[in-house]
This record gives sequence, C-alpha cells and structure tokens, in this order.
Amino acid sequence: MITAERKPMAEIKAMLAPYRKILVVGCGTCVAECASGGEKEVGLLASALRMDAQMEGRTIEVQEMTIDRQCVYEFIDKLTEVADRYDVILSLGCGAGVQAVAEVFPKMFIVPALNTTFIGETKEPGLWVENCRACGDCKLGYFAGICPVTRCAKGLFNGPCGGSKNGVCEVDPDSPCAWQLIVERLDSAGRNDLLEAIYPPADWSRQQGKGPRKIVREDQRSES
Amino acid sequence: MKAESNLKNVLTLNNFAVTAECGPPKGADPGAIQKKGNILKGYVDSVNVTDNQTGVVRLSSMAACTILKQEGLDPVLQMVTRDRNRIALQSDVLGASSLGIRNILCLSGDHQSFGNQRQAKGVFDIDSIQLIQAVRRMRDEGLIIGGEALSEPPQLFIGAVANPFADPFDYRVVRLGKKVAAGAEFIQTQCVYNLKRFKEWMRQVRERGLDKKVYILGGVTPLKSARMAEYMSTQVAGMDVPDDIISRMKGVDPKDQRREGIAIAVETIMALKYMEGVHGVHIMAIEWEDVVPQIVEEAGLYPRPETPEE
Repeated sequence: MITAERKPMAEIKAMLAPYRKILVVGCGTCVAECASGGEKEVGLLASALRMDAQMEGRTIEVQEMTIDRQCVYEFIDKLTEVADRYDVILSLGCGAGVQAVAEVFPKMFIVPALNTTFIGETKEPGLWVENCRACGDCKLGYFAGICPVTRCAKGLFNGPCGGSKNGVCEVDPDSPCAWQLIVERLDSAGRNDLLEAIYPPADWSRQQGKGPRKIVREDQRSES
Repeated sequence: MKAESNLKNVLTLNNFAVTAECGPPKGADPGAIQKKGNILKGYVDSVNVTDNQTGVVRLSSMAACTILKQEGLDPVLQMVTRDRNRIALQSDVLGASSLGIRNILCLSGDHQSFGNQRQAKGVFDIDSIQLIQAVRRMRDEGLIIGGEALSEPPQLFIGAVANPFADPFDYRVVRLGKKVAAGAEFIQTQCVYNLKRFKEWMRQVRERGLDKKVYILGGVTPLKSARMAEYMSTQVAGMDVPDDIISRMKGVDPKDQRREGIAIAVETIMALKYMEGVHGVHIMAIEWEDVVPQIVEEAGLYPRPETPEE
C-alpha cells in the first residue's frame, strides 16, 4: 500500500488560514489501512479543526467526506455535488489522490493533510515498513525476495557494505541489513550462483527516465 | 603522460608495499595537502586521498591528488558512488587519468547521514563493484557503460576495499571474489586490530586463490589513546577493536598511550608482513600523518624501493 503520515497541525492550520468553509476528504483505501487518511482520521482532524477554531473565536464550517478511492475519477465524482459549496478541500489522500482531486476540480483550492511516505507493508499493528521504490524493473527474483534498492540504505546490488554488523545496518540500528537477509536466504535456497554473480548497473530510466511515467493499455481503453 | 603507477610497479616487482592515507582539509587550502604530502614523501609508495569521507565536505580528492602529484608523490584517487552518477563518475575517471593520476580506489562511500550534509540526496546510481567493472572496461576495452568507445582510454591501476570485520563473515570473501572478478587489481582492507579474524579471512582468501589474483594491503591505523580505541570499538561501524587491544592501551599511562599505539601498529605490520598472501600495508593515521615515517622505519620498511620512472 501507499503509506502516509498526517502533517503537523500547525502546518495544516497555516495552509487553511485564508479559508472558512472546509471540505475534509478522506480516502478509504491505502491511507485508511495505514490509519492516516480514512474515515476515522477524517473525523478526528475535522473535530480538531472545529475545536481549534472555537478556542480562537473563529467561525468555520467543516464538512467530512470519505470516498473509496481518491485516485479514481468515478469515486471522486461523488464530491461533485458538494465541492463547490466550500472554499477549500483538505485532502487526506496520498499525493496521487490530492492531484487527482485537483484535476477534477480545477477551480477549487486543494490542500494536503498528509505527507505521503512510501510503498510498504503493515509489519505489525502500528508499524509500517518501506519495501518498494517502484523502480519499474523488479529485481526481487535475483535477491531472494528482498529489495536491495529499497531496503539497503545505499541501494547496493552486489553485496553488503562494510557497515553490516550483527545483522544490522550501520545507518539505522533498528533496520536489519538487507544484504544479511539476502545472503542468508540465497544461501539456504542453494542459489550460490546468485551470490557470486555480478549484477550490472540498473536501468533507472524505468524509474525516472522522462519525467512522470505512464502505463498505456489499449486493451483497457476500448470501452471509454 | 605515460608515467606508470608507482604502486603498481612496487607490487609487480614483488615488494611489500606501503601506502598511506591523506585526508584533505575542510577548506580550499592547497598548503595543507602539500604539507601532508611532504611528510609522507619517500616513506610510502602511494598516498590515498579520501573522497569526502564520512560524508563531510572537504577539498576534492581529484584536486588533492593533483597537488600530491605535483609534489612528486603517487596519489590514489578514492572515488565513492554516493555523490556522483555514472556520467560524473566516468567523466572524473577520464579527468583523473588526464591529470596524470594513475591509481583509483572504488568505494560506495560512507552514507550521507553520517556527515555534515545529512539532507543530501545519496546518489548510489551504481555501486562500488559496478564502478570497478566500469573503470576496468574503460581502461582495457576503451568502452564506457553502454558500450560507446573512448577516444583515449584512461590509464589507472584499479583498487577496491574489503572489510574482513563486517558481517556476514563468510560472505566477505565471496564479495572480495566479486571485486576481483569485476577487475580490482589491489585491495586495501579495513584497519586490522583483530589479527585472529584477519588471519581466518586470509585463509579463506588463499583457499579461493584470490591472493594470486589481487594484491592485498592490510589496513593499519595507529591508536592515539585508549579513548580512541574504545570509541572505534563502540562508535565506528565496521570496526573491530578487540578487548585485549583496549586493555593494553588502558594499561599504560595516558602520556605514553601514543607510544603504545605506535607499538601496536608496528607489531601489526610485522604480523601482516609475514602472513601468506598479504602484499603490503595501508597506513591510515587519521589526522596524524606525521607519525607515518616513524612507523615505517620501526617496521623496517624504510627506505622504500626505487622504481623506474616514466
């Protein structure tokens, strides 16, 4: 999933300062799973904004709405009837959601409530870890299911650096050394060929070659 | 500029090589490099210049190597993949050769989060092994990454590093083998304090026949104090300073600890000199370059061999 964290209240307040009627829009998919932008978080943030305004003697109007996906137009469409009654949309979507909503409502001012952080997994309740950089050229088949691009602090393709000690990365003692894990798993899988192989330079053009990437699938386009 | 690498000459003539490290200043002062170079001149075969080590901004390795070259030393250009993509790295490889620099040491580099530019973007477009391979191909085949031909190949003696004290231990020699296969011709190791572990690593190196394919220079860093020994043991990743070294340093009066550190360094060099498959030492006297001549002399490695010039 795409993970995100809520911005500090002071930053959100500063961005909303010129506006009185606020539509707070959550997203029911990734950011709901990582407990930063779902219906519950929308409720909490809206209440906080109302309470804050009350304490400071300001009058604001805050409406809450959570749609299933902020990155898909047919769901965003649910805001159509409502949006133009507000001065600003405060989006609790990821960066893709915020931009898709902005695209649909070109005249509305839109403000993000979250910092989109990474593609990751729910490791345990309350712990999310990054494990994919969307490089566009998945190499997990060579590295026993552990991504060195994402999980090695230096993104090394050919083995651990000199800072791997007791299974831990020198950069962050709370992170396992990705290469320790890769070596152990390749070893137990009997894949010495992959342990000894020299992996060539990556093709980063698949990640950032010509600006924003597109996927075009003609087989999916016929109906529209 | 056809001059050869002095380090390569010393090693190919089967001499026990001595290299040292020179950290450039945190400023634009050429005098600091000249001063360090002149302390080391005649006592070592080559001088490594670090490339913004620990992610701290310093005078560039390329410039410092050029200054050392002008002072009559044989510099080893350290080049890390942390700060430059493949375009800049390959460009600097050509630039170094054009300036008469004849040795390169390829590393990934300390992570930027350790330095004084912690918000910097770590580049890591390619890794150290990919850099070794790229330089080797540029030199031997005259081709850059992607296969385009160079008008003139660079002339460089190609080095890499190894840390026998990091984990996973049994993979360390595999990784060395990869560096050799990629094209490394000499290896400088992390500082040796734990001789027992180093010996075991060398046994694995010989078992794979790697000592016959690459020149291995053992790293030696003289300890200045018991406090430095403890600091390196606990605070510096990838460093292995065993308890007996720490207690030996602690056992002497603080004013004599430098002397003890030098003694340990000399003993380590002697042990490395007689270890099968070790071809030299790399002395990294951190901000203590002026102790190097004394260590070289006490280890019986002075004078250095004369090698043919030009």
